[in-house]
Amino acid sequence: MKIKSLNPNFRRSLVTYGIVAAAFIFIQILSGAGLLTSSLSGQLVPICAYVIMAISLNLTVGILGELSLGHAGFMSVGAFMGAFVSVCIKDALPGWLTLALALLAGTAAAAVVGVLIGIPVLRLQGDYLAIVTLAFGEIIKNLLNSFYIGRDAAGFHISFQDAPSLNLDETGEIIINGAQGITGMPRSASFTLGVVLILITLFVVQNLVDSRTGRAVMSIRDNRIAAESVGINITKYKMIAFTVSAALAGLAGSMYAHNFSTLVARKFDYNTSILVLVFIVVGGLGNIRGSVIAAAALTVLPELLRGFSDYRMLVYAVVLIVMMLFNQSPQIAAWRRKWAAKLKSRKPDGKKPDGKEA
Amino acid sequence: MKKFLSFMLALCLVVSLAACGSTSSSTPAADNAPADGAAGPAATGTVIRIGGIGPVTGSAAEYGLAVRGGAEIAVAELNARGGQQYELKFEDDEHDPEKAVNAYNSLKDWGMQVLMGTVTSAPSIAVEAETAADNMFQLTPSGSAEDCIKEPNAFRMCFSDPEQGALSADYIAEKGLATKVAVIYDSSDSYSSGIHDAFIAEAKVKGLEVVADEAFTADSNKDFNVQLGKAKSAGAELLFMPFYYSEAALVLQQANAMDYAPVFFGCDGMDGLLAVENFDASLAEGLMLMTPFTAAATDEMTVSFVTKYKEAYGQEPNQFAADAYDCIYAIDAAIQKAGVTGDMDASAICDALKGAFTEIELDGLTGKGITWDVSGAPTKSPLVFVIENGAYEAA
Repeated sequence: MKIKSLNPNFRRSLVTYGIVAAAFIFIQILSGAGLLTSSLSGQLVPICAYVIMAISLNLTVGILGELSLGHAGFMSVGAFMGAFVSVCIKDALPGWLTLALALLAGTAAAAVVGVLIGIPVLRLQGDYLAIVTLAFGEIIKNLLNSFYIGRDAAGFHISFQDAPSLNLDETGEIIINGAQGITGMPRSASFTLGVVLILITLFVVQNLVDSRTGRAVMSIRDNRIAAESVGINITKYKMIAFTVSAALAGLAGSMYAHNFSTLVARKFDYNTSILVLVFIVVGGLGNIRGSVIAAAALTVLPELLRGFSDYRMLVYAVVLIVMMLFNQSPQIAAWRRKWAAKLKSRKPDGKKPDGKEA
Repeated sequence: MKKFLSFMLALCLVVSLAACGSTSSSTPAADNAPADGAAGPAATGTVIRIGGIGPVTGSAAEYGLAVRGGAEIAVAELNARGGQQYELKFEDDEHDPEKAVNAYNSLKDWGMQVLMGTVTSAPSIAVEAETAADNMFQLTPSGSAEDCIKEPNAFRMCFSDPEQGALSADYIAEKGLATKVAVIYDSSDSYSSGIHDAFIAEAKVKGLEVVADEAFTADSNKDFNVQLGKAKSAGAELLFMPFYYSEAALVLQQANAMDYAPVFFGCDGMDGLLAVENFDASLAEGLMLMTPFTAAATDEMTVSFVTKYKEAYGQEPNQFAADAYDCIYAIDAAIQKAGVTGDMDASAICDALKGAFTEIELDGLTGKGITWDVSGAPTKSPLVFVIENGAYEAA
């Protein structure tokens, strides 16, 4: 079967898979040749986590069309659940099984929280919904900040007050220690795992988008009243998209947790939610491939700018503005098209220019 | 097109400003470490590269900047002394474990041989897992959580949080300062809650009655009237405040406004209180604090350090700066002891320093005769000061 004869949606998906696979092979070659700096190799797993976050948030913001400002909350639920499961069972089970169960648990926990939050939130629209998701993100962070759980011979003890009130006996150990977070996860996440999870995420999201459900979700985004009038159950389809999005964020969080030996709730605050939102805005709302590339590029960028020392984040912000203008400003888009057309006419056999990339 | 041009011009302006800014900001550092350049010809291969990690931007920047400043002064002094030369590079972690690991990796690419860091606890624990895997020697100036020195390659300069809590309770009970005690703490901060938990446990042992145990969080650290009201109505004679001075200044003001005057007792995070802008220092009269360092001390070493620090950075050093200064001297002492040279790799240096650190004795800013055991914890005596007439007096 010729590639041209494939469904265009499917062809677009294949290109995205191809980009991820090519990046993976490229990094593996660099690593094999010893050219990979410690700085970059240390960032590979976080990059994968942020890519998954970006894809999953794009489902809510780009495909469903509802602005969510609390996505880091779902990531933290997945991260803490995954870390908790891992710490509890790591001595009893082999490493790969621990990791698999932790990833599943993190995903499931975030999905459950997604449903619970979705029930009240998805009845709202637009700005109202955005503000409420923001509030839920902060609520999750603050709950985790004051959440204590320990284990001793008698089983698990839970407290929302402080560590001494867990009343553990002398064999007891505190697993989640409030603001001090959770420590002692096996550091079993790898780049290979990250890439596999990205591919799974892409598969889930792209197939969802191309399915009947996805078309229903997009019809809600494009015209809610029209969608309702043709009998689409708005709440149901919103819920599906929101929950899948939350679950995938939980998956990202759970993998993220297994790359570090410590995890604190403070990490998953408003700023992290906005960071992920920036990824997808730079990459293009609804553009899955764009958000993958933007997430990877914008995660690496602050590290590349370490040479600017104190002015690092200022330069980062400027670069962000430039990227945003380059992608979205109508004048620059016209200018870009002009150049693309010029290049095309010079190389008649040239590929289709793709200026959308960040 | 015109818009685009004007934007590009603006961009050039911003970038050039940033470039100017960064050169001017790095000048004091260059002044402090003139030997950096002089020793730069690492042709002899003897320069030892010390990496530092801490937050120099973001909410905890104050602590990271202090550590960077203290360490720069110590390195400049050691390089001026002759003998073993050092090069210091300090990377930002924004008080975030993920960024701290990134900073660590980028320092490794630079060729770091010894790590002085990280400044805050959670990033320190994350970096510790990396240093343990790489066998890189790590000395944290102020990572006070217990887990910060879990690995054999990790040592610490400051007291741990539980130690501070327990020592405070001991001191209060022994001196008979109060029998009814109230505690206000920041439950969202690991430093504060770490001290709090140990204090409560030790208070029970020592027979102190904790009549009010009130928490606040980083999101609600401006209004303490509710917590103070509870402490007051419970009749607490002493208020234990294991948090940083910026919040403490507010607590003192609000306690004064409600005519509540117990004995105020703080930990090392309280140092710096008298320098808070727009704070009426008379409110702090009688406040007691347990800290290993104070810029008000009059011994020759502290005076010299404080003078140099003020000259370079225009403000009084706090205990973070002092811890960092001591860290560099401790690393130097251990390096001399073990006969480490700059051409050794990080892992060999780590093996040598792990042993040497348990043998050295350091007379530093934060204590005299500081020693370390294999666990990595320092042994030094805490000092309790009381604020009298706007100055620290030994209590």
